[in-house]
Parts: sequence; C-alpha cells; structure tokens
Amino acid sequence: MVIDGATVEAEPRAGQCLRTFLREHGCFGVKKGCDAGDCGACTVHVDGIPVHSCIYPAFRARTRSVTTIHGLAAGELQRRFVEAQGFQCGFCTPGMIMTAAALTDAQRADLPRALKGNLCRCTGYRSIAAAIRGAATPEAEAESDAIGRSVLAPAGPAIVTGRAEFTLDTAPAGLLHMKLVRSPHAHAVIRRIDASAALAVPGVELVLTHTDAPAELYSTARHEHETDDPADTVLLDRVVRFTGQRVAAVVADSVATAERAAELVVVEYDLLPAVTDPQAAIADGAPRLHADKPPTARIADARTNIAASVESHLGGVAEGFAEADAVYEETFEIHRVQHVHLETHASIAWIDPDGRLVVRTSSQTPFLTRDALCRVLNLPRERVRVFTGRVGGGFGGKQEMLTEDVVALAALRTGRPVQIEFTREEEFFGATSRHPMRVRVKLGGRRSGRLTAISVGIVANTGAYGNHAPGVLFHACGESISLYRCANKKVDGVSVYTNTMPAGAFRGYGLSQLVFAVDSALDELARRLDLEPVAFRRANMIGPDDALTSIEGAPADVELGSYGLPECLDLVESGLRSGRGDPPPGDQWLIGEGIGISMLDTTPPGGHRAHARIAERAGGGYVLHVGTAEFGNGTTTVHTQFAASALGTTADQIAVVQADTDGVDYDTGAFGSTGTVVAGGATLQAAGRLREMIDARGGRGGPLLSAEGTSDGLRRSVAFNVQGFRVAVLPRTGEIRILQSVHAADAGTVVNPLQCRAQVEGGVAQALGAALSEHLDIDGTGRVTTRTLREYHIPAFADVPVTEVHFARTSDAIGPAGAKPMSESPVNPVAPALANAVRDATGVRFTRLPLTRDVVYLALAGRAAADAG
Amino acid sequence: MDLNAITDVLPAGREAQAGWRDGDAWLAGGTWLFSEPQPRLRRLHDLTAFDWPSLATTDAGVEIAATCTLAELSRWRPPTAWPAAGLVAQCCDALLGSFKVWNTATVGGNICLALPAGPMTSLTASLDGGCTIWTADGTELRMPVVDFVVGPGRNALPRGALLRSVFVPAAALRTVTAFRQLSLNAAGRSASVVIGRRSLEDGSLAITVTAAVARPVQLRFDSPPNADELASALDRAELPYHDDVHGNPEWREHLTRMYAAEVCAELSW
Repeated sequence: MVIDGATVEAEPRAGQCLRTFLREHGCFGVKKGCDAGDCGACTVHVDGIPVHSCIYPAFRARTRSVTTIHGLAAGELQRRFVEAQGFQCGFCTPGMIMTAAALTDAQRADLPRALKGNLCRCTGYRSIAAAIRGAATPEAEAESDAIGRSVLAPAGPAIVTGRAEFTLDTAPAGLLHMKLVRSPHAHAVIRRIDASAALAVPGVELVLTHTDAPAELYSTARHEHETDDPADTVLLDRVVRFTGQRVAAVVADSVATAERAAELVVVEYDLLPAVTDPQAAIADGAPRLHADKPPTARIADARTNIAASVESHLGGVAEGFAEADAVYEETFEIHRVQHVHLETHASIAWIDPDGRLVVRTSSQTPFLTRDALCRVLNLPRERVRVFTGRVGGGFGGKQEMLTEDVVALAALRTGRPVQIEFTREEEFFGATSRHPMRVRVKLGGRRSGRLTAISVGIVANTGAYGNHAPGVLFHACGESISLYRCANKKVDGVSVYTNTMPAGAFRGYGLSQLVFAVDSALDELARRLDLEPVAFRRANMIGPDDALTSIEGAPADVELGSYGLPECLDLVESGLRSGRGDPPPGDQWLIGEGIGISMLDTTPPGGHRAHARIAERAGGGYVLHVGTAEFGNGTTTVHTQFAASALGTTADQIAVVQADTDGVDYDTGAFGSTGTVVAGGATLQAAGRLREMIDARGGRGGPLLSAEGTSDGLRRSVAFNVQGFRVAVLPRTGEIRILQSVHAADAGTVVNPLQCRAQVEGGVAQALGAALSEHLDIDGTGRVTTRTLREYHIPAFADVPVTEVHFARTSDAIGPAGAKPMSESPVNPVAPALANAVRDATGVRFTRLPLTRDVVYLALAGRAAADAG
Repeated sequence: MDLNAITDVLPAGREAQAGWRDGDAWLAGGTWLFSEPQPRLRRLHDLTAFDWPSLATTDAGVEIAATCTLAELSRWRPPTAWPAAGLVAQCCDALLGSFKVWNTATVGGNICLALPAGPMTSLTASLDGGCTIWTADGTELRMPVVDFVVGPGRNALPRGALLRSVFVPAAALRTVTAFRQLSLNAAGRSASVVIGRRSLEDGSLAITVTAAVARPVQLRFDSPPNADELASALDRAELPYHDDVHGNPEWREHLTRMYAAEVCAELSW
C-alpha cells in the first residue's frame, strides 16, 4: 500500500478497516468519530476516490494509493478553513477537508447533499460552508490584537493539516489496550467472576474486577467542591445498577485481544428487581439502588431513591393564583439526549521515569480528575499528573471521570501504558446523557400583564448514579425562575435514582430542560390572557435594578454586572420584522413566529479557581500557561487576546500551553462557562502584572521576566440569550421548516466576534438537534436501544438553518475586560422558541420533544391529541 | 470498524459455496458489514474476486451485477428510450449514506441487506427487477426482487447462496415514472418511498411501496385507479407498515397513501 506517497509493506489483518491500519502507520489525522460510516471524520482518498476509511476493508487498499489529510497538498482549501474558522474542536476537520477536496463544482453548489456524510457537532456548519465556498473575509492585519477583533484560533494550521494531536494521537512504546466487560442486567449483584479463560488468552496482561477495586466511594462528576455530588460510585462495583455498567476491565496487547478476552470473562449474577421510571422509583416498595451507602455519601434520601431534592417557597403562590385572571398548568416532558462529542471518551495512563502516574485524557477537568485519582487510588498530589491533548468536543460530557480511574489502576498494576477508547455505542449506553425531566409548571397572570405566581415541580431522572444530580436540579430551577419578577414562587423538585444509564452534566446544565417548560408555559399563558407573548415577557422579566430570586431568595454572589436583555429582545424582534429569511414555501404551509428567552449565571456557584503564568520567551514573544482546557470553546484564542492586549502586542506572540496539572498550580476546569470569565481573568491579571514589570524595567531586554495571576470566580454576573424563529409547518407531512432564525446574545464585551458568533451558531444547532430529531431511547428493562449515529440523528448540514447572530452592546462590570461567557447559554432559549413558533403556526402546544415529523403530523392530525398535550 | 473476529478473507468462488460454514459471509463493498460489530462472523468471501462486469446493457434490458457500486450505477448512461432509468438518480440520492459511500456500496449488498429503506430495493423492485441467485449446489435460481426481500434484514437467499445480479427488463425501463420519498430529516433514511410506473404501451400502472413497509409491495392496475379504487386496493393489500426509529407506522401509512394518490394523479393523462 502507498500511504501519502510512501510505500508500506505491512499486511492488514483480515477484518481490519482502513482507518485503524492508517492510524497504526502514524496517520493520526484519520479520526474515529463513529467507526460506522456515518460521520466522515475518517475520510481519505483511495486512488483519488473519497471513502469513509472506517468502513473500507483495509486489504482492498493493498495495491492502491491512499491519501490522508497528512498527504493532501497544502493549499487554498486548508487556508480557507483557517480563515473562515470552519472548525471549533477540530476533530471533524480532517475528514471535512478531505471530503471538500474531492467535491465537484456541482457538489459544491449543493452542500446539504454533498456533506450528508460529514457531521460536525460544534459549528452548526455556517463557517464550514464559508470555508468551502471561499466566502471567508479575514480582517485586515492590525498592529495590536485588541479585544474585540476576530483573531484566528492559534491551533488552526495544525487542525487543518491533521497535525493537531487529540487524546489518542500518540503511540507510546509498549502500549496496552483496555476493553470493559459491561453488565447485561439493570440491577444485580455479582455472585462470581471467573477471569481464568480470559487470562489464558495470549497477550492478556490483566483483568480487573471488583476484588481489585479500592473501596473509596466517589462521584464521577467533577466539581470544585467534592461535596457537591453524592459519593455513590466505586471503581468497579459488586452491585450493578444499570445495563452497561462496567463490571471488569481486560488489558491486553491489542484491542482485538482485549475484545476477545472480554467475551471470555464469566460473570454470574444474582438478579435484583429493577426500576427504570423515576415516578415508580419514588413510590413505596420500589427497589432501592443505594440503600447500602453510608450517611457520609451525601444522598438526599437513599430509602426513597432520591439523590437530591429542592424545596422552596417565596411569597404565597396560593394567593398569587387566586388573584390571577388566568392560570395555566401543564406537564412538560424533556427527553434524554446525548452529547455526541465526536471524540469519544478516551485516556492513556502510564508511569513516568520518576515513578509518577501520568494520565493523558479527553477531559474538561484535568485538575479535578487529578485530585479524584489521588483520592481514589490513595496517591499524593505530586505523584499524579493529568493533562489533555486537544480535546474533541465536550459539552459537559467530559466533566466526569469515566475512563481515567480504571486505566490508571491498570497502569499502576502493569507498570505499562494502558489506553482505553470508548466506542460510539459505548457513548450511548455507558457514558452519560442530559437529565430527562418531567416538569409541572403552573403560572398565574393578570390581564394587566402581571405574572402573579410561578409554581414548578420537577422529577429528574439521574439514572443509576447521582453525578451532577444536585447541581443540575438546583441550576435548573435557578435562572429559569429568577429571570422573572414575581413575588410568589414555589419550587419543589427531586432527582431520582433509577436503573438506567447515569445522566450527567450537559450544556445548559438543567436550564435547557426548565427553560423549555417555563418559557413554553409563559407563551401559552400570555395567549390565554389575550396578551402578546413577547410583550408579556417584557412586562415580567427582571429589570436592571431588580433582585434575582429563585430558590432561596437572592443568591448573594450573583449581580447584574450588565443588563442587555431588552436590547436582545429588540434585536430579535427587529430581525424577525426585517423581511430577511426565506419566504413561505407554499400556500399549504402554516407560518408562525416564536421567541424564547433565557438567562445564565456567568460562573457556577461557590467559587471556581484559576491560575495562570506568563513569561517572556528568549528570542521574543511570551509563553502563557493556563489550566483551562480547549475543546472547541475557543478560549485559547481569547486568552491570547487578553494577554496580547495587556502586553500591547499581537496574539501571535502568545504561545498558550494549557490543561496540564504540571503547567500551573490549579484550575477548576472548563465547565459552567468559565474558560473566558474565570481562567481569562487569571490570564489578564498575569499579563497585566508582567506588563508592569516590563515597564518598570524600562522595556524589553534583560533577564526574562514572568508573572502569575489568579481568579476565584466568586463574583458572578448574568448573561442573556434570546432566540427567535419564523417557521413553516406542513400539516400533511409534519415537516417543520425554519424560515428565519435570529439569535441575540448579551455577552458583554465580545472579545472575538467571529468566534463568539460561532459559539452561538453551534449552540443553536445543538439545541435544534435536541428539539427536532435527537432522542436516546431506553427500553422497559433499562437497556439503551440507540446504538449508532444513524439511529441518533444529530444535525447534518441539511438540517441547520443559518442563524443571524446579534450582540447587545454591553460591558460587564464583573467579567474580565467586560466579557461574559457565551459557550453554554445559547442552547437554552432555542427549544421553547421553536415550540412557541410551531404553536403560533398550528395552534398546537407541544409539551414533549423532539418535534419529529411523525409526531408533528400525528398531533396536527388530531390522532395523538392526548400525547401532544 | 475493525471486525476482530474475522480470521480470513477468501476470494469468492463457486467451490467456496459448497464448503460454506457457519460464520461465513459474503463481502461486497463492506459498507454495512464494517459498520456494525459482527461477533458471529469468522470468514469473509470477497465477491469482487468474480470480477463481474458491473452493468451489461442490451435491447432486452440491463443486468446489474451484485457488485456494481452505486457510483457506477449513477454514472450509467441508459438508452434515451428508457425514461424510467431516471429513477436511478432518485434512488441513489435516497441512500442515507453519502456520495463517498456510493463509491464502495453495492447494489447487491443494499438489496441483500433487506432494510425496508434500501433504495436499491426500491429501484429494482419498482422496475420489475429479477434476481439471479447462485445456490451452493451450483444451480441458479431466479426470483423477482419483490419476493427476494422478505422482511427487515431478511432475504430469500438459501444457505451458502449468493445474489449474482439483478436484471431490469427493457419493458419496465420504457415506462414513465413518478417518485415520492420522505424521511424524518432532510437527508435522512427513507420513511416512505412510493414509485409509480405507467406503461406507454398498454396504460397499466404499477405502484411499488418500499421503506414504509417491512418488505416491498407492488400494486398493479390496468389503468390509473380513482381515489376510492386506490384506497380500497391499499386496504386489501394490508401493507405491513414498519415501525422503527426512522418513523412511526401511522405516519408511514399516511405518507404512503398520500404519495400513492399523488403518484396516480401524476401518471393520469
């Protein structure tokens, strides 16, 4: 085989696909997103013909010439991907470029069809289209990369050439591979495990079972405060609580051997009664999942399967409803969706020459994972290093420790490097998902336009473990309620254990669920009061001087550091009135408009810490060490801009080294929208101090100086997002077409307009996936039935409308350089805006998602009136 | 993905059929085979070893080899007297997989996979395609495509047999067609495909329903039926509407009835 011009003599294995053969020969730019021919991240050319290398038998290429991203001639296309920023995490980019390079003119003119085999989870495709069509318009070079300029991501050139090293794009000598044996039962006790047959397979080095696991209880969730989550998990448990829970880990010299040996591990189970529905799980007599846990495990009530609960009553809702002219009460069901970051969970652990445990992992939280490994494996901090390569998407799914603990234990036991890589199917049944929720909303209002009472009841399904159960539950009923000025507010909610895959952190962190319910209900209440829905929101949303109250009165550490909400509403309303957007497709289509609004605290509560170090480099420029991780959120670029602006230089003079526990003292992690406002604060401070030192020295020259900065995230502001849609609905097929999508964001100072716009576009696309097509299905026994991306339709190019993105002109009093976060919040108002628009068009209020064509058709045909609400 | 349980890939041959074992499978393009774990398979028999010509066009019709790729089929230039060949492009487009998958996925593989939404099943069933099957004992069997696809994931191949080719007769290709297709998503897997085909010679009409149903179903009329006749024909046919993640059966039935009526109207003159 000739690979990128070089002849390779090796023989592929019989059942090997071309993708792994190429990676075995160092072509790490050939990515695995699905391993099933759906996502296109592995696209290469065989004798000039583009193919998905994961479904191309390797032996067929023996006499052929293969071109990967590494061998593609550098040119216009790659340059345009850099300039148009046609990537975020960059994991899909090599495949996207290899596909784009093979398109004919006719195909370039029909990208929705030509790119149906290329999935991007980050961008929403607008920037990819710009890159392929050559529509990029880079800004003119400037002397200073001031805040507010669209500086290009520093990783761009490496991303577009396949040189960016993601988690597994490295091959340590002597690497061993791990495969997990997973439970086929929803609830059982392991009676016996016999690994002798597996251990007898040549090449098998180790089989770990519950007898090897430390007894330490912990949570896979990673937070600044360990006590935020119930400690209900052990590394390998004798009790299995969901179908797919890891039972044993087989370590061998190849993936194939580990896979074969894993099938030979004999596990005998004593079955326990299982409960998969949260309502049933809190009923009397339900099987208890965590009755064995000590009080120190921080489970709200293990006897009733309640992982976390919240109860709060401000004012008097009974009086509020009594004085209302109309009361609207409805139950909304928010379904289970999955992150589908294209890089699956993966990590490699080894012991370095000093005897330290080192873990290279796909994580949003290297420091917190380091701390968890220390606790679980009983190691001192200085004996553990955790770092990331480039991370291929996260969306909250990597704010968990799902792989690092078990490979670390294996590396400690074998003394050799051990790697684990989840399959796409494992992501669906063995990682985490968004928390499904059943939300009962009751709202009362006066014809005068005043909201008189808000009552919300939540039953969240946390699955078998309580990772993020309290945080998501509290956050869900935080900003969704505090956004409204109303004296009478009541919240009661529980997050319930069931024998299903664990839910976890997901972009929006509970808010996408609650905002759908509350904003849909507000829209409906306005209609019942004969009020214009947007005007009704204006009348009741918090003003610039209002206190923020939701669960327990005003959260003391949240302030309105800036207030761009009315401007966002104006921008969306004027956008929808502008005449832009597509015309109605035909006279059989029903047309409607809808708006959704949401608010997000700029930082998680209780502190979020970051440390940064910046130093002059010999020969010019600076090296900036930060702890926060880059996984497509674009914070690396923001950090270069912060540092460049403080130092009066250009962003290309700042080399960022990130996400390594050896690099800085500490960083809580890249979650809760903190990469800009917290870690960025530390960077700004460090760079500002260095500037002062340089100035004091009288300019450059002399011994190299360095400075440090810290940030604690204790003061918090709020960011706002408003989404508007005009839709067309065709009742006879159930099709929904988005004629116009307008989003306005109050991001404070927009540090990098191109990048911030892209975050919004990507957030809208991801939220549209959840609202229109995605659903992770679990059968009555608790088994996940969704296995492939073909069955779990994330938005493809053809599914995503272009979204107009507008920014309110604000500057935040709290955020660094006036900035507020904008990676997480754009998802939150999208689903209700869509449902409100569909309601406006059709008269049907949808209380469940997703709005797939079959569901919409049936609801409009009146056949499923009860289901549709 | 790597199929780690596979121990051998053998060139396919008629002698291999006689020694067919459990754990054997035919390999054509491999686009489906390599897209899912295949824990029960041990040996693959590579059909490309037969080196069949992909397309053989004669006055009588076109013989499409099982190993003809969708890309090759889409590049086929049929005689102008065969307007129904326009279905080729429409059906290739209906494949969920991208144009990159067309480069290796085969017509035979798509039909043998027997998915309700298989677009090559839609194409060849609607064009009265006939399968040529090579059985393990060295004989040949022939059967219509509509009978070859038995149910979701099930075909009529006996043990060790292979699909050699599909012959599409010129008579079917000379007809005028109407095509309707819809998925849950803009470029998703088909939930209903209804293809109407009317003879310019005798005015007869064939309606072939795929994707919405567990196996292809063909309804034949001497002339385009009116709405009532069509509805009662569909009632009598008791179509086995399919239920999976790509669309619920009520919606599929509705689409099918609506599209059948549209196809009839389009082909009424």
